[in-house]
Amino acid sequence: MSDNMKIHLKYWKQDGPTAKGFFEERTLDSVNEHMSFLEMLDVLNEELQLEGKDPVEFDYDCREGICGSCNLVINGQAHGPKAETACCQLHMRNYKSGDHITIEPPRAAAFPVIKDLVVDRSAFDRIIEAGGYISVKTGSATEANSIPVEKEQSDVAFDYATCIGCGACVAACPNASASLFTGAKIAHLNKFPQGEVERYNRVTAMVDQMEAEGFGDCSNFGECEAVCPKGISISAIAEMRKDYVKALW
Amino acid sequence: MPSLIKALKSQVGRKLMTGITGIGLMLFLIGHLLGNLTVFGSPDAFNLYTKKLESLGPLLYVIEAGLAFFFLYHTVLGVSIWLKRRKARPEGYDTYKTKGGPSHQSLASRSMIITGSVIFIFLFIHIASFKFGATDTVMIDGEPARDLRALIIEKFTTPAYAFGYAFVMLLAILHLSHGFWSAFTSLGMKHGEGSKKVQAFAYGFGIVLMLGFIFIPLYIYFTGGEGSLISY
Ligand code: FES
Repeated sequence: MSDNMKIHLKYWKQDGPTAKGFFEERTLDSVNEHMSFLEMLDVLNEELQLEGKDPVEFDYDCREGICGSCNLVINGQAHGPKAETACCQLHMRNYKSGDHITIEPPRAAAFPVIKDLVVDRSAFDRIIEAGGYISVKTGSATEANSIPVEKEQSDVAFDYATCIGCGACVAACPNASASLFTGAKIAHLNKFPQGEVERYNRVTAMVDQMEAEGFGDCSNFGECEAVCPKGISISAIAEMRKDYVKALW
Repeated sequence: MPSLIKALKSQVGRKLMTGITGIGLMLFLIGHLLGNLTVFGSPDAFNLYTKKLESLGPLLYVIEAGLAFFFLYHTVLGVSIWLKRRKARPEGYDTYKTKGGPSHQSLASRSMIITGSVIFIFLFIHIASFKFGATDTVMIDGEPARDLRALIIEKFTTPAYAFGYAFVMLLAILHLSHGFWSAFTSLGMKHGEGSKKVQAFAYGFGIVLMLGFIFIPLYIYFTGGEGSLISY
C-alpha cells in the first residue's frame, strides 16, 4: 500500500457568484491510494485549516454515488476519468504519484458558483417542479400486478430513474445543455401508466423550463452519456424529443 | 400544448429542424452529384441536362427558393445554437477533455460551425461562378444553350478552383459525418445497436457522396480537361 503519493492540485477558488475566480495550487505529499477523491480533498482542507486558511468548498453528501451532490470536473472530465463513477466513488489508485490534477466546478450560466467548487443547481429543481412528478390520484398501494407494466418498459424506466441529478451532463456538454437530465426525468415518468396521463403536459412544461433556465441546445455530442455516473443513454433525449413533437397534436 | 411557432423556437424544435433541413440538403446533394456526373457522358450530355433544368422555368424557381430556404434556415439554426452555447457557458474550462466511450465528440462534431461557415461562403462563390458565370452559347438539338460544360472544364483546370473545391468537399465530408447521424438522432432515433449501423452508414454515405464531388474537379485538373472519361 502506498501512503505517499505526491499529488499536485490546482483548484478553483471563488468567493461568490459575482466574485472573480482564480486557481490556487498546492501539492499533497502523502496521499493514500485507497482514499476516495473527496477524502483526498478532506486532507487538503485539513492542511489548509491547520495553516489558518480557508478550506476549499465542495459539494457532497452520501459519498456512495447515490445522492448526486458531488459534481467536480476533474482534469476536464465531469466526475473524473472513470466511466459510470461519481467522483465520490473515484479512488486515488486511479492516479500515480506526481500526477497533476485540475479541479473545476461545473461551468454553466444556469449553475452559478456559490463558492469555490460548489454551484447552485436549483435550476434542476425548477425543471422538476415544472412537471417531474405525478399528480393523478393512484390510490393506496394495490396488488403489485394489478396494473401490468411490461417488463421491457419498466426496465427502461428504471434505467432513466437512476439519474441522481448531479449535473455532470451539463458540466460536460460542450453546449452546457441539460437535455440528458430533463430527458431522463421525462422518460422515466412517461413510461408508466400513472405517468402517462400527464405525459404531454409534462414534456412541454419541462422542456420550456429547461430553456428558461438558460441551458444550451443539445447538439448530439453524446458527451453527457459518457460522463453520466449512471450511464444513462442519450436515448432519453430521443424520447423527450418524440414526446415533445407528439404533444403538438 | 405548445403552438407550432413556439415549438419551432424551442430547443427540441430547433434541433429537429436542423436535422430535417440537413437531410433535405443531403438529398439535394445526391441529385446534384448525379447531375454532375453527366459531364462524363456524351459530349452534349451535361449541357443537355443543364438546359433541361433551366427549361423547367417557374418550377425551377420554386425548387431554388425551397433550397435557399432550407439552406438559410439550417444556417441560422446552426449559428444560433452556437451563439447560445457561449451564453450558456460564459466562463470556459481551463482543462477540458472528452471521456470517450459512448461520446460522439470528435473533430467532426466539434467543428460543425467552422465546416458549416466555410461551406456557406463556398456556396456563394460556387453559385456566382456556375449559375451566373459567363458562358459561350452552343447549339443543343438545334436550340441555343449555355456551354456550362466548357465553363466547368475551364474552372477546374485552374489550380485554385480545383483544389479549393476539393478542399471544401473534404470539409463537407466532416460536416456530413456528424450531421447525418445527428439528424437521425434529432428525429428520435434511439441510441443502441441500430444507431451504430446508422452511424456507419452515415460515414459511408458522406464519404462516397463527397468523393464523387471531389473526383470531378481533380480528374479534370489532372487530365487538363482532356481525360478519356470526357468525350468530345
Ligand atoms: S456524494 Fe453522493 S453521489 Fe457523490
